[in-house]
Amino acid sequence: MSAAPLPPLRRTLLLQLLLGAAVMALGLYLAVRTTAERATEAAQDAILITAVASVADGLRGTEQGVEFELNRATFSMIAAAGQDRLFWRVQVGATTLTGYDDLPLPTRTPDGTAPELYDAAYRDADLRLAAVARSVMGRDGLQPALIVLGQTRFGQRAIAGQLAKDAALAGLAFFALAVPLALLFTNSVLGPVRRLAEAVERRGPADLRSLDHPTPRELVPFVAALNSFIARLRATLSQTETFIAEAAHHIRTPLSTVRAETEIALRRAESEETRTRLRSVIRAVDESARSAGQLLDHAMVAYRSNRMKRTEIDLAALLGDLARSFAPTAELRDIALGVSPAPGPARVLGDRVLVESALRNLIDNALKYTDPEGSVHLSLTRTPTRITVEVRDTGRGLAGADIALLTTRFQRGPNSGDVVGSGLGLTIVAEVAQAMGGEFALEQAEGGGTVARLSFVPC
Amino acid sequence: MLRPLLLAALLLSGAPAQGFEIEAERLFQGSAPVAEVRLLSTTDSDIAAPLIEAFLQTRPDLSVRYVMASSREVYAAIADEGAPFDLVISSAMDLQMKLANDGFARPHSSDAALALPDWARWRDLLFGFALEPVVTVVSLSGFQGLPIPQTRHDLIALLRENPERFTDRIGTYDPHGSGAGYLFATEDARQTDAFWRLAEVMGRLNARLYCCSVDMVEDLAECRILIAYNVVGSYAATHARSLPDAGIIEMQDFTQALLRTGLIPVGAPRPDLGAALLDFTMSPAGQALARGPTAFPPLDTGAIRLSAHIRPIRLDPGLLVGLDRMTRARFLREWDAAMTQP
Repeated sequence: MSAAPLPPLRRTLLLQLLLGAAVMALGLYLAVRTTAERATEAAQDAILITAVASVADGLRGTEQGVEFELNRATFSMIAAAGQDRLFWRVQVGATTLTGYDDLPLPTRTPDGTAPELYDAAYRDADLRLAAVARSVMGRDGLQPALIVLGQTRFGQRAIAGQLAKDAALAGLAFFALAVPLALLFTNSVLGPVRRLAEAVERRGPADLRSLDHPTPRELVPFVAALNSFIARLRATLSQTETFIAEAAHHIRTPLSTVRAETEIALRRAESEETRTRLRSVIRAVDESARSAGQLLDHAMVAYRSNRMKRTEIDLAALLGDLARSFAPTAELRDIALGVSPAPGPARVLGDRVLVESALRNLIDNALKYTDPEGSVHLSLTRTPTRITVEVRDTGRGLAGADIALLTTRFQRGPNSGDVVGSGLGLTIVAEVAQAMGGEFALEQAEGGGTVARLSFVPC
Repeated sequence: MLRPLLLAALLLSGAPAQGFEIEAERLFQGSAPVAEVRLLSTTDSDIAAPLIEAFLQTRPDLSVRYVMASSREVYAAIADEGAPFDLVISSAMDLQMKLANDGFARPHSSDAALALPDWARWRDLLFGFALEPVVTVVSLSGFQGLPIPQTRHDLIALLRENPERFTDRIGTYDPHGSGAGYLFATEDARQTDAFWRLAEVMGRLNARLYCCSVDMVEDLAECRILIAYNVVGSYAATHARSLPDAGIIEMQDFTQALLRTGLIPVGAPRPDLGAALLDFTMSPAGQALARGPTAFPPLDTGAIRLSAHIRPIRLDPGLLVGLDRMTRARFLREWDAAMTQP
């Protein structure tokens, strides 16, 4: 079970940076707005306090009674650019002398030194009011007086609103600036990670050198772990190679000893029954040796194809060598093994061991399935883009079997029952073709027999 | 049991209590009226007629019920009775401002309203649509051999030097009885100290006090007075045409200008229709009509800019000061003291 993939680092980092920027922009907006509201309110309160004092100065005690006069300039000014509604009330003793006689009074009577500021709702409007206490000499002697001045706060709110709008714009601008910066930061922070990933990706499958890449400190443990893993892999692979070689040696050597001893025994055996038994032992040993060889070949191909050692191979020379080495076998079976003369050298880049193994399997197969008196013919053709080795035999053919089936591990053709085989030969050929970027094709030859073609890209 | 109740209901609904005093009522009909605009105004319907008729040309689906009352009654109708009108037009800037300040005006916003200069509008509640200079009218024949005064100082000097000619022959508003007269007097007093000297001189010369511009101009026409101080410009202009002897003076130290203002009451049955009529008065078409012979003078910003002596009365809550009863009482006491010579 694999863990669900996490979102990409880049996206996470970018999102968090942008989120941070958004929070800061919002904070900026709220801070400026609150400050603007407080500042304008304080400024307006100061004006209101001055104004209510000025209004209170209009209250005078005379011999005729209390007189009161409002100053137009005070009112025009307090109305803040003419935008605010104004209400006033002058109360002497318990009587409202003038103004709005239902204007709300302060809950606490001001003490005469400082005006009382308060809020109240009046005539569908929210008012800010200031009340100031005086005493005035009337006809009935000294009496307490209360002067109240109230105003709406449209003007102040308009200014605060404008400031808040500016703050919102500043916040937006801040955020807009943060976006490219966040992108820049993200790229710069993730740069080493990306370069490391690219360096790892660029490596071929067989490149098992340690990573030696400039790495930020945070990634050092990761790279160290990766390098230690690579080192272990390298050691394991090397052990595998040794094991294959050892296994081949340890299997093949005793088998050939058994075979040799059995042959000696066969020669010395006197009863026909014993001879028959010994012959079948030899056959079984041959089959085992062959199977073991092919299993090892297959393992070798699988192992080497991941870490090929590419060298230049002359296919013409290789084919000639192989034909010579198979000549005794062919002669023994009374099969004519022919090689068309090669049109000069045919060079490909590849792993010599693999190519040789593939060709050996092809020739071996052809000889195996061809009856005595038949023939096996090897030839080499080349075009500018392809060099093709062709192995043509006069054997029993494919009996309609599919190449996909035949190249599957341990699968054999329907007409192969009486012949010794492991079902690995063509698998090896196909795997070599694939590892080297070549092609492998099998087809029924005209007039019986099989044509196998293995082609490579010339170097 | 049901019938008397129903009757009472009918009586109540059919005859709304109308406490304020109506001076005149007139119905202007559009060509195919389906709705009625109820207009309450302080202006004589003859002066407003060209404007209303032009409006009905653009809105033939309407008719206009034009109710005229004095400025005090107009204020009382809206503030005390909540009378159902869609538009209130008045020359009493202070009372209109008080209606707006006290929450009886309905906010209105339109292109025409926004196009008004700042000094002709208070918030989105009160809109000026006509500007009238407050002038001095003199009888040219009565001034034979004397210079025509161009400032208040000239006028004071003239009156002091020629008491025999001007005794009993000066007219001005009585601020006790006339809202407009009180407003002009307080604004004068605010703008210049010369006002109090002028009041003293006029008091010494036993000036006649009037309730209205019209009466003043009529007495001037009949040579009962030689100088009418603080006359609303449109009346002066109207009469000057029929009176070649009259000279209209815009005082060069300053000449106040009165804004006629409109507001839509909060209790308007059809505020949309009131707004339509208000917008028409402020529109270029309505303003162009205002240049006609019997009409409101237009809001001519250009003219004000050219003539520095014209000072529109400030349309702001400062106007409320004059309506404070103790402030008013004190001002009138001072005025009386200045006018009454020992």
